[in-house]
Amino acid sequence: MNYIDKIQPIHLDILKEVGNIGAGHAATSLSTLLNRKIDMKVPSVRIVPFAEMMELTGGSEKEVVSVSLSIEGEAGGNMFFMLAVEEADRFIQKLMSDESFTFYDRHSHSIGFSAMQEMGNILSGSYLSALGDFTQLKLQPSVPELAVDMFGAIISYGLLEISQYSDYTIVIDTLLTEMDEGDGEVVKGHFFLLLSPDSFPVLFEALGAGYNE
Amino acid sequence: MNKTGEIVKVGIADMNIVKPPDVIRTSGLGSCVGVVLYDESTRIAGMVHVMLPNSGLARENIKNKAKFADTGIRALVSELEKRGARTIRLKAKIAGGAQMFQFKSGSDLMKIGPRNVEAVKEQLQAARIPILSEDTGGSSGRTIEFDPSTFLLHIRTVNKGEQTI
Repeated sequence: MNYIDKIQPIHLDILKEVGNIGAGHAATSLSTLLNRKIDMKVPSVRIVPFAEMMELTGGSEKEVVSVSLSIEGEAGGNMFFMLAVEEADRFIQKLMSDESFTFYDRHSHSIGFSAMQEMGNILSGSYLSALGDFTQLKLQPSVPELAVDMFGAIISYGLLEISQYSDYTIVIDTLLTEMDEGDGEVVKGHFFLLLSPDSFPVLFEALGAGYNE
Repeated sequence: MNKTGEIVKVGIADMNIVKPPDVIRTSGLGSCVGVVLYDESTRIAGMVHVMLPNSGLARENIKNKAKFADTGIRALVSELEKRGARTIRLKAKIAGGAQMFQFKSGSDLMKIGPRNVEAVKEQLQAARIPILSEDTGGSSGRTIEFDPSTFLLHIRTVNKGEQTI
């Protein structure tokens, strides 16, 4: 039986809580770092075919800035923090007070790239450490890598291992939004957590909801 | 681009067939490889978006042949034959197989781009299908579109511009 077929509604609720705790901590870190208001949506946890996964956030050709890392340890998978390029540009322009900044020009703006990389490190680090505390699992993140490219080209890396088992993936998607003083939305960033199939039994076991209950 | 034709889309781990005036397209190729096979005399073309090099990597029984280079190319050839193409006349153009991340601690799967390209080439060689042009490797994602009326493959990248091969 395919691992996806064993997933019950309670498991999806647990994964929602995983997203909630992880991204909640990341949102707090970001808010502290920037001294701004960060809004977090309830995580969306869904079982989607690969084709649908590739069309999230505006399609597989959509140009994004991504900080990605792989997770190893007692549970494994991949995590991506992604922003649309124009929003990431605005974010770094404001952070560095440099209106000429753009992610399309790596050479003249290397400090902005470092700033984004560092922010990605902090956010994914707080997401994962919260997840580790919550589950009591040992999780080791790789060094996060920054990429400016098409959404599909990046997220497909998170599907590679899963594709050995299935044509479907479980995606834990949490949206963080930076708000301005008038509660207007400024910048939106997505956290995508794609766990490897082996990780689900471990995770559910750790949280007291095995597959066979 | 042809104004009257439609764009036939190929998703990840997916394949499709096209005839003029339509064109065929797949977007957001990272480590995946887009393989185009076409028969110039019947102007029929097919594209497969391969994710993994070998169906032996499947951990469970997988019905989707288009996911792997070996089964995907075989399935595409047989589909093209059914639609009137002849294997002996088929030619190939391929693109993709980038290495987008380093992920030092990551598994071998993170280095899959070059392995996909190699597997595609082996499979095409076994089927005696010549590769007329390719744009593979590197570290950029690609969107590709093939026009079966001109036999040209158009490639777009975010960081390295556009080209036609």
